[in-house]
Amino acid sequence: MLLIGCPWCGPRDETEYHYGGQAHVPHPETPADLDDRQWAEYVFYRDNAKGPFAERWVHSTGCRRWFNVLRDTVTNEVLAAYRLDEPRPELPQAGGNR
Amino acid sequence: MAEPTLDTGANTGANTGADAGEDAGPVAPRTSPLAHLAERMRAATVTGARGVALTEWPFITMADLRVDPASEAADRIEKTLGAPLPRQCGHTTASGPHTVVWLGPDEWLVLSQGEETAVAAELREALGEDPGSVVDVSANRTTLELSGPAARQVLEKGCPLDLHPRAMGPGRAVSTTVGPIAVLLWQVDDAPTYRLFPRSSFADYLARWLIDAMSEYRGPEIP
Repeated sequence: MLLIGCPWCGPRDETEYHYGGQAHVPHPETPADLDDRQWAEYVFYRDNAKGPFAERWVHSTGCRRWFNVLRDTVTNEVLAAYRLDEPRPELPQAGGNR
Repeated sequence: MAEPTLDTGANTGANTGADAGEDAGPVAPRTSPLAHLAERMRAATVTGARGVALTEWPFITMADLRVDPASEAADRIEKTLGAPLPRQCGHTTASGPHTVVWLGPDEWLVLSQGEETAVAAELREALGEDPGSVVDVSANRTTLELSGPAARQVLEKGCPLDLHPRAMGPGRAVSTTVGPIAVLLWQVDDAPTYRLFPRSSFADYLARWLIDAMSEYRGPEIP
């Protein structure tokens, strides 16, 4: 069970949240100009990171707000939680060669 | 004899009109989502040192309010309510018949003893043309009151929050889950008395879940 710190409500159990996939995937400026391959890459292709990974979560049974979480996909440790209008925080221990 | 017509609605309309004239009362009394369980909730009451009781408070007026807390509209709404809008998760404010509960950084639930149309209309007038919304959601949720010395233990069987007095106390209200049901959980006093606000369609399940959870306190404590 993950313990995720909602930026508005504080630490709550994972069961109060829903997962929303990779964060920081920008919508194309001019979707009409994309060819099928580029559009498919925007819609379906996501990183499969080993280590810190920025992802979206929604506090569905709490404040119902979306926010971003940095989670280490190796240890499942929640490294940071931040609002959508905040930049991805720098991690002192980011990187390494696990 | 009336001419046959395709519009049967006209006939039935005339009939119901006549019936309503005879009754001359309200069409149908309001039925609360847990009216059918009132007797079972009463029967589940446990008294004594491990006592706990469950009752429904139907038809509390509720209005969902969304507005930017830094805006002038929020100031006007605070003046109308006579209480500041709580700015932090878990906080509530109260004034006269109204209690304001924090739901999100720009969303509140106004619980009131006032008449539902009047409360929403008052708030809507205070909001004016500014961005935001006021919606009467009185029928969205119903209210369950769980009280007694064992009330916290009953809730702790299915609530992931820390309900110990160090973390939760009178006047605090948080959205969370009890069992599998999403509820707004408001602690009213130190008895302790909790009020749970589940969605109406989940209320039946939650009431049965609580009745079941309460049943063990009828017997002596098993060490």
